Amino acid sequence: MENRKLSRLYKPLIVICTLSLIIGILLFYVYGSKETEEQVVETDPDLIENGIHVRTGFIDADGLQVVVNNCTTCHSSKLVIQNRMGVEQWNATIRWMQKTQGLWELGENQEIIVNYLVENYPPLEKGRRAPLTNIKWYELKN
Amino acid sequence: MKRRSFVAKSGLAGLTTVLGANIVFKEFLPDGYVPLALQQEPDPFKMFEKDEAMVVLNDKPWNMEAQAHLLNDKVTPNKFMFIRNNGLIPENIDVDNWTLTIDGESVTKSKTYSISDLKSKFKHHIYQLTLECGGNGRSEFNPPAKGNQWTIGAVSCANWTGVRLKDILEEVGIKDNAVYIGYHGADVHLSRNPNKEPISRGVPISKALQEETLIAFEMNGQPIPLAHGFPLRLVAGGWPASASGKWLNRISVRDQVHDGEKMGGSSYRVPCETVAPGETVADDQMCIIESMPVKSLITYPKSGAMIKEGETLKINGHAWAGELEVSQLEYSIDFGASWKLANLASPTNRLAWQHFNSVVTFPKKGYYEIWARATDSDGTKQPMVLPGWNPKGYLNNACHRIAIKVI
Repeated sequence: MENRKLSRLYKPLIVICTLSLIIGILLFYVYGSKETEEQVVETDPDLIENGIHVRTGFIDADGLQVVVNNCTTCHSSKLVIQNRMGVEQWNATIRWMQKTQGLWELGENQEIIVNYLVENYPPLEKGRRAPLTNIKWYELKN
Repeated sequence: MKRRSFVAKSGLAGLTTVLGANIVFKEFLPDGYVPLALQQEPDPFKMFEKDEAMVVLNDKPWNMEAQAHLLNDKVTPNKFMFIRNNGLIPENIDVDNWTLTIDGESVTKSKTYSISDLKSKFKHHIYQLTLECGGNGRSEFNPPAKGNQWTIGAVSCANWTGVRLKDILEEVGIKDNAVYIGYHGADVHLSRNPNKEPISRGVPISKALQEETLIAFEMNGQPIPLAHGFPLRLVAGGWPASASGKWLNRISVRDQVHDGEKMGGSSYRVPCETVAPGETVADDQMCIIESMPVKSLITYPKSGAMIKEGETLKINGHAWAGELEVSQLEYSIDFGASWKLANLASPTNRLAWQHFNSVVTFPKKGYYEIWARATDSDGTKQPMVLPGWNPKGYLNNACHRIAIKVI
C-alpha cells in the first residue's frame, strides 16, 4: 500500500523531469548551437589587428598563412617569435625538426617560411653583455 | 571552432552534462564566456597555481619562468617555480595504478613497484635540491641560440620528499657493467605520435647512486604539482633540471650512456672544447652537460630600486654551484672594479642553494649596478660577461646585475 502511494506521488515528478530533459535538449539545439556559431565568429582564426595576426601573434606579412599552417601545428607560435635566427640557422632548425620531431617535407614553402622569419624577426646584435634595459624605477622605502 | 567540435564529438552523454549549465544559467553567462572545461587556452596561472608575475615563454609545450625578485624565498614555493616541459602533460593520471618499473640491460631482473610499494618499502628522505634548466640565461647568447629564450628565472630550490633511487636499485640488483640510468615518463610527444618520447634523459650510475638522488612523490610537503611531474619524479639536484624526469614510470639501468630522446645532438650538450661564437660543431665534438656551473641571483631588492642619498641598502639572494658548494659571494657596485664580500650561509644539505646578504653603502648620488659573483669550492668564479658560446645556449652563468639609483 505504502509503495503505491509513493509511486503516485513520484509519477508526476518523473514525468516533469523527463519532459524538462527533452525540452532542455530541444532548447539546446535551438539556442545552444546558435551560441556556438557566435563563438566561431568571435574567434575568427584569420583576424588581423594592427598588423598582428591575433590568434598567433605573428606579424602580418608575406608568407604569414604558410607559417601559421606549417609552424603552429605541433608547437606554439610563441616558440617561433622568441627565436631570432638567420637563413642558415632556420634551415638547420627545419632539418632538425624533420629528422627528429616529425615535421613534414615543406617543398617550396620552406623558402617562403624562412624568408618570412628572417625578414620579420631578424637577429639582434647583443654583444658579449647587453646593458640593462626595461628598468622599472620605483622608490624603495626602508 | 574547437567548441563546436567538442560538442559534436562528445555525443549525447557529454551533451547532457553540458546541457544543465547551458540551459539553466544561460541568461547569466557573460557574452563570450566559455565554460572552463571548454576553453582553448586555459589560464596557465590558475591551472598551475602560479603567481601572475611569472613569465610564459611557451604554451605548447608549457614553459614559464620566474623573475629574480620572485625567487626571494629560501625554499621556492610552487607559485614561483619555473616550468620547463618538452612534451604535453599526461592526461588522466591514475595514481592508484601508477607504477615504476626498473629495467634495462644492467638489472639482474626487472621489477615493478606501485607508489604505495615505494612508500612502504623504502625509507623516506627530504632534501632541498637546486634544479636549474640547462638553458637558463639562453636569451643573452650572441649569435642567438634556438629554443626557449630563458632570462634568469629557470631555477628553483624546493624541498623534495621521496625514496633514494640507490635503495631501490640495491633491492632490484644491478650488474657490474651498469654505467648510466635513463628515465621514461608519461608525457606525450608534441606530434602526439605514441611511438615518440618527448624526452628521456638520465645520469651516470655514480650520480644515480648519490644519497640525494630521489624518486620523489612530494614537493614542499605536498603531492608534486601536475606541471612538475605528479605523481613521481626523479630528482637529481645540481644537474640540468632535464635530468630530473617528470611523470616518471620507468628507469632503465643501461650498460652504455643512455641514448634516449635529447641525450644526443646539440640537446643538453656543449662543445667538448670551447669554440668561437657561431661556429659549427660536429656531433662527435659535443659533450653531455653534467654538474651545473657556479651561479647566483640577487633576489632583493627588485631591480630598479631608488633610494635617498645616505641611505643603506640591504641586499640578499642565493648562490649555488651544481655538485659543488659555494665558498664565497662577492658583490660590486662599480661595474666590477672592486668587490666586497657578502655574508654567505652554509647549504641546508648538499646540492641546496646558499643564501647571502649584505648591507650596501653608496658614495654619492647616481646610477649604480649591483653585480653578484659567486666562487665555488674549486675556486672557479662566475664570469662578468657571457661564458663560452655553444650552439644551444646552455650554461650562461654570467653574474647577475640589478640597477639602483641613489637620488
